[in-house]
Amino acid sequence: MNYHWNWHIFFEPDPSGAGSYLDMLLSGLLLTIETALCAWIIALAFGSVIGVLRTLPSKTASLVGFVWVEFFRNMPLLVQLFIWFFVLPELLPQSWGLWMKQMPHAPFYTAAIGIGLFMSARVAEQTRAGIGSLPRGQKLAATALGLTTAQVYRYVLLPMAFRIIMPPLTSEFLSTIKNTSVAITIGLIELTAAARSMQEFSFQVFEAFTAATVLYLLVNIVVVVAMRFLERAIAIPGYITGK
Amino acid sequence: MFANFDFDVIRRSLGYLFFDGMTFTLTLTGLSALGGLIFGTLIALMRLSGLKLLGWIAGLYVDLMRSLPLVLVIFWFYFLVPYIGQWLTGSSRPVRVGAFASCLITFVLFEAAYFSEIMRAGIQSISRGQPAAAQALGLTYSQTMRYVVLPQAFRNMLPVLLTQTIVLFQDTSLVYVLSIPDFLGAASKVAQRDGRLVEMYLFAAAVYFIISCFASFGVRRLQARIAIVR
Repeated sequence: MNYHWNWHIFFEPDPSGAGSYLDMLLSGLLLTIETALCAWIIALAFGSVIGVLRTLPSKTASLVGFVWVEFFRNMPLLVQLFIWFFVLPELLPQSWGLWMKQMPHAPFYTAAIGIGLFMSARVAEQTRAGIGSLPRGQKLAATALGLTTAQVYRYVLLPMAFRIIMPPLTSEFLSTIKNTSVAITIGLIELTAAARSMQEFSFQVFEAFTAATVLYLLVNIVVVVAMRFLERAIAIPGYITGK
Repeated sequence: MFANFDFDVIRRSLGYLFFDGMTFTLTLTGLSALGGLIFGTLIALMRLSGLKLLGWIAGLYVDLMRSLPLVLVIFWFYFLVPYIGQWLTGSSRPVRVGAFASCLITFVLFEAAYFSEIMRAGIQSISRGQPAAAQALGLTYSQTMRYVVLPQAFRNMLPVLLTQTIVLFQDTSLVYVLSIPDFLGAASKVAQRDGRLVEMYLFAAAVYFIISCFASFGVRRLQARIAIVR
């Protein structure tokens, strides 16, 4: 291989002069984490509501949930981001569109909301599966005690369901982190984009991508270890994952 | 809102979008699914082989691929494949690899990790009596796998494999980062040339949506039909 390795490249100043290439990668990592956390909050909020809607007896509610899930699941994330970023400002009234285009950090907000909504469909499916996995008797017993539907969900079904779906939610969170890299296409300088621009400026392809790979692996390991503690703490006694 | 919509730009570019773009996307999806399934099955067999080293290597590969974003992996292979080609052929310069070949290699190797997890679950879902009976009949390991275990595992996992292929179909749009004209890339080229982002991106979204919807509907029908009554 006639590739010139140069691991010292990380400590050389980047072309913007703001710091070294390592600083550039780390600020990319920070943006990846911030985007992923914002997207995850949106995904959890919408996903739980939609997941609950799909389990309600009301036909309209489950139809709304069904349409939501199918809508966000059947289009590539990249296309969804393009729609939020390029198409939506054109379809809105002109003054709103202008405001959206001139908004500072537009790629960040678009990515957080776009990825959040995309992931909300998956979270909704997990929530629905979690509620569906509970024995029918739980809901019946809660209703027999005189709880309203809202109370049944609030005090009986959801506390159980969320604890059951913790492991699949962990992998959905990991997907959220990975999906932030798609935002490179709308100009968000997250970790993959930082590595890519480091490669373009320094020509040290493999050092840049190795560093990004290592950082992604570290984030994954931290999340997996943290979630394992959380899963153990909240596991339901008597279930396979419980004590 | 839709008053100054130009539907003609879509009609004019239909040929390019479907004959060039969609053909690329579908060929890439089909070949990657096939290659991913073959490699994935081999990886699954390695993990279940009982040989410590083989299982460890396969597990490491799967975990590595599954913790990296696809965009990063696409970049990795785009730059790495020419050097691997150079190493394999022993030539003095990095080998030139076409865009399609580079994408295909990336997706086969990336999807292999995901398909291997599905096949592993499929193989583990076969009851222990089956391979035991096959061995009692005097079949070798490869015969047991080929004639007894894998056909059943494949059948049980077919709906999941197809669902993963739909995900793969959507993921192929990410080759956009290499400016390759797949379906979305073609739509984006026309959009930027004619300044018609709204029409082209909405049209692309609608096409992806319709194809994925029909495909997942088909998978659901298939699932109901082939489900083994237990």
